[in-house]
Amino acid sequence: MIKAILIFNNHGKPRMIRFYQYFPEDMQQQIIRETFHLVSKRDDNVCNFLEGGSLIGGSDYKLIYRHYATLYFVFCVDSSESELGILDLIQVFVETLDKCFENVCELDLIFHMDKVHYILQEVVMGGMVLETNMNEIVGQVELQNRMEKSEGGLSAAPARAVSAVKNMNLPEMPRDINIKVPSLSPF
Amino acid sequence: MSPSVPLQEMIRAIRSARTQCEERGVIQRECAVIRAQFRQSDNGGRSHNLAKLLYVHMLGYPAHFGQMECVRMIASPRYSEKRVGYLGAMMLLDEKQDASLLITNSIKNDLSHSNQYVQSLALCTLACMGSAEMCRDLAPEIDRLLRASNSYIKKKAALCAVHIVRKVHELGELFAPAARSLLSEKNHGVLHGAVVLITELCERNPETLERFRKTVPDLVQIMKGLVISGYSPEHDVAGISDPFLQVRILRLLRILGRHNETASDAMNDLLAQVATNTDSTKTAGNAVLYETVLTVLDIKSESGLRVLAVNILGRFLLNNDRNIRYIAMISLQKIVGTDHNAVQRHRGTIVDCLKDQDASVKRRALDLSLALVSSSNIRSMMKELLLFLSSCPPELRSQAASGIFNAAERYAPSQRWHIDTILHVLTTAGGDVSDETVPNLIQLITNASELHCYTVQKLYRALLADISQLSLVQVACWCIGEYGDLLIRGECQETESVQVTEDDVLDALETVLQSHMSSPATRGFALTATMKLSTRITENVDRIRSIVSIYGSCIDVELQQRAVEYNALFKKYDHMRAAVLERMPVIEKISMDQTNGVSTGEPIKNIQPAKVKQVEPLLLQQPANQVCDLLDLLGGSEDTLQPGPVASLSINTVNTAGGDLLDLLGGLEPVALTPQAAPTETVYEKDGVTLTLACEKQSDSGLMVTLTASNSSESDISSFTLQAAVPKSVQLHMKAPSGDALPARGAAKVTQMVVLNNPNKVNLKMRIRVSYSSQGSAFQDTVQIDSLPGY
Repeated sequence: MIKAILIFNNHGKPRMIRFYQYFPEDMQQQIIRETFHLVSKRDDNVCNFLEGGSLIGGSDYKLIYRHYATLYFVFCVDSSESELGILDLIQVFVETLDKCFENVCELDLIFHMDKVHYILQEVVMGGMVLETNMNEIVGQVELQNRMEKSEGGLSAAPARAVSAVKNMNLPEMPRDINIKVPSLSPF
Repeated sequence: MSPSVPLQEMIRAIRSARTQCEERGVIQRECAVIRAQFRQSDNGGRSHNLAKLLYVHMLGYPAHFGQMECVRMIASPRYSEKRVGYLGAMMLLDEKQDASLLITNSIKNDLSHSNQYVQSLALCTLACMGSAEMCRDLAPEIDRLLRASNSYIKKKAALCAVHIVRKVHELGELFAPAARSLLSEKNHGVLHGAVVLITELCERNPETLERFRKTVPDLVQIMKGLVISGYSPEHDVAGISDPFLQVRILRLLRILGRHNETASDAMNDLLAQVATNTDSTKTAGNAVLYETVLTVLDIKSESGLRVLAVNILGRFLLNNDRNIRYIAMISLQKIVGTDHNAVQRHRGTIVDCLKDQDASVKRRALDLSLALVSSSNIRSMMKELLLFLSSCPPELRSQAASGIFNAAERYAPSQRWHIDTILHVLTTAGGDVSDETVPNLIQLITNASELHCYTVQKLYRALLADISQLSLVQVACWCIGEYGDLLIRGECQETESVQVTEDDVLDALETVLQSHMSSPATRGFALTATMKLSTRITENVDRIRSIVSIYGSCIDVELQQRAVEYNALFKKYDHMRAAVLERMPVIEKISMDQTNGVSTGEPIKNIQPAKVKQVEPLLLQQPANQVCDLLDLLGGSEDTLQPGPVASLSINTVNTAGGDLLDLLGGLEPVALTPQAAPTETVYEKDGVTLTLACEKQSDSGLMVTLTASNSSESDISSFTLQAAVPKSVQLHMKAPSGDALPARGAAKVTQMVVLNNPNKVNLKMRIRVSYSSQGSAFQDTVQIDSLPGY
C-alpha cells in the first residue's frame, strides 16, 4: 500500500501532498520536513530507496523517490509494493503530467494544484495503483475536464463565447460581391 | 483547462510575500474572506473558495472550518463543485470527524448516478477515507458495480472493494464471486484491480485462498499472453508488456503456490519461461525478474528453478545500478534462512557492499552480513565488521554493535578473541552499545580466569587513553578493582607487561571519579574499585582512606551513601574489610528467560546500612545464584523500590552500578516483596478479591504495613485502588502501589506499602476502602481493621 505521495522542491516547499492514511496537520508538515531532510542529503548517483524515517508507519515502510530538475517525487510505500514497480510508476505519473500540461514545469504544479490531484486520482486510488496506461489516464482526465467546462454556468459564459468564436467555421468571404445599394431620393 | 482565476491570484499573492510573516498575513486575510463566503449560502465561486482553502491546507495552515463546506459541495448537482467537494473531503475529513458521516448519503446517491465520472468520484472518496460503517452500508452497491458497469468503473470498484475488505474483514465473502468473474476481463486496468482484490482476499482468509487456488491455470494463461505476445504499444513500458500487471500476477501466484505442490507444479513452466525470456537491461524487466525470483524461492519449485533464481540474484548483485543491488540484497535477506549456502557463495560481494558510499546499500549489506556469519568465517567477517563499525554512519552504529556482540557470543573461537572483540567495539563505538553490555562483559571476564591479567592490562591501557566511553570505563573500573593486584604485579604472559605502580592505578581511578564526563553510575564503579584496592595493595591505603572520606560529603546521594559505608568499613569494622572485599566468585551465565529479580527461594532480609553487622552473615554465604539474581536486576528489572532517604531501608537502587552491590550486599533481593518472616492476615475477602495485610516494626514508633491484593474470580479487574484511614494522632504515608490491574484467577498480585508512625502509641486501627472496576461496573467496599497483626 502506498501511504503517502509527496512532491516538493529543492528547498522543501511542498507542491502537492497526498496522504492515504490519516495524520493531523502538524504531523503532516513534520513528515514533509523529515522526508525532505532525508532525501535532500542524498547524492545523485546513489540508489532511489531510503529507509530510516520514523514518523510514518514504523519499520515497514520505505521512501522511493526520484529527482527531476527542481522537484522531488517521493512515494512512501510499505513492503507489499514492488520497489522497482513504484519507480516505474513515478515515471509514468510524471510523463502523464507532462502530457496533460504540455511540458510541465514547477509553476504548472504550483498554480494548478487541484488539477494535479485529479490526475493523481486516476493513477493511484486509496493507496493502491489503479491505472498505469498513460493514454488511458490522459483520456479520462480530458473527458472529465470537458465535463467540468461544459457546465461552467454564468461565469464561464465569456470563456464559452470566446471558444465558440474560435471554433466557428467562417466561410471564406466572396470577393466579387456586388452589393446593389438602392438609390434613395434626396430629401 | 478552465482556469480558477481567483485561486491563481491568491497563489501569486502568497508567493510574492517575502517573509514568513507576510505570508501568514496574506493567508489569514484570505482565510477570513473564505470563511465569510462560506457563511453566505449561495455563491457562484464556491468551488474556487474551497480550492483556495485546500492550497492553504497544503502549506500547513489550519483548514478545519472547510469541512462543512465540503459536505455541502458534495451534495451540489454541479460536477465542478462535486469534484472539489470530494477532493476536500479526502484531504480534510477522516473517519474520526463527525462530518464524515454526513457524506455517506451523498456517496450512496452518487454511486448510482448516471454520469460515470460522478460515480468514480464517489468510489475514490470511499476508498480513501471510508469508515467501517460507511463500508458496511455501501458494500452491496460496490458489489453491484463490480458486476455490471463499464470497465472504467469496474476497476475503481475493485480497488474500493479492497479498501472495504481491509476495513471490515467479514465482507470479503461478499466480493469473492465477483472477483472470480473479473478475471476473464480483457481490460488491463480491470484485471489489475481484480488481481489486487483477490490478493487481499487470499491474504486475509485461508478458506478463500483454497478456493482461489483453482484460478491458477487462468492466471498462468494471462501471464503467458503477456509474456509471449508481440509488441503492444498500449501497455508497453520499455519493451515489456504491462510490467505492472505481470508483477501483480506473479505476487498472487506466489501466495497461491506457497505450501502447495499442485499449484506450484502448474506454475513451474511459466516461471522458467519468464525468468529466461525477460529482458533485464531495463528497470521494468528487472522488476518482473525480481518478482519471479521471489516467487520461485517462495513456492515449492523444483531445484533447477531454484538454482536459476539464485543465479539471477547473484547477477543482480554484480549489477552496476545501485537500485538493483539494493533489491538483490533485500531478496537475499529473505532467503538467507532457507538457502543459506547459496547466499554464502556471494559473501564476498556483500561484504564489499559494506564499503559502498550509499547509506541504504550499507544498511542492507550490514543486515545481510550479520546473517551470514558462521563459525567457519567468523574471524574474517569480524575483521570486516569491525572495520565497518569504525566508519559507519551514526544511525547504523548501535545496530552494528549489537549485531557484532551477538555474532561474537555465538561463534567466538576463543575467549581471548571474544574479549578482544568486545574491547575493540567498546573503544570504537562505546557510546552506542546497549546497557546490558557491561554486566555481560563482566560475566565473561570472570569466567576467563586465566586471562584476568591480560584483560586488566588491556583495560587499564584503554582507560588511560580515553575516559569518555561510558561502558568501557565502567568495565575497566570494575576490573581494576577486582584484579588490581595482578595489574601491579605485572607478570602477564599473554602481552608484554607495563610497569604500573599503585599510585598510577589510584591516579587513574581518581581521574574517573573527578571527570565531568563520568556519569554517577560510573563514579560509583570507580569508588568501589578504589575501595576494593584497599585490600589488594599494600602501601597507599591512607590515600584510599582519604578519597573515601572526601566522598562522604558528596552531593550525589548514592555516592555519599557508598562513601559513608566504606568509611564505616575502615573505622568500626576494619576486621571485616578483607572478607568483605575479597575476590568475586565466578558468575554463572544468566539465561534470558530467568525472571528478573525473583528470589530463588532465599529468604529476604531487611538490610539497614547503619547496622552493618548484619552484613556479615550475608556475605559469608555468597552463593552464585544470589549474585545471579542481582545481575538479573542489572539486566533490566523494572522493580520499583521506594526511594527513601539515605538512612532508610533501601540500598537497592539497583539501576545504578551493580559492581559494588555485588560486593557488599551479595544476598540482597528487592524489598518490595512481603517479608516472609512477618505475619500476614487476610483482612478482606469478597467476590474473589482477597486482601492480606502484613506488618513489620521498623522502629519504636514506626510500622510498615504491606497490603497484598489478589483476584481469584473469573474476570479481570482494573483500576484497583486502596485508600486507608487511621486514627488522628497516627501519621500515614502510602507508597505507590505496584500496579492497578488484577488479572483473573490469581495470575498476579498488587502490593502496596503503607508507612505508619505512631508516636503517641495509641491503639492502631485502620479503615481501608477498596475500589475497582470489574466487567464494566465499578465496585467499592470498606473494611475496618481493629488490630494489626504482630503489633
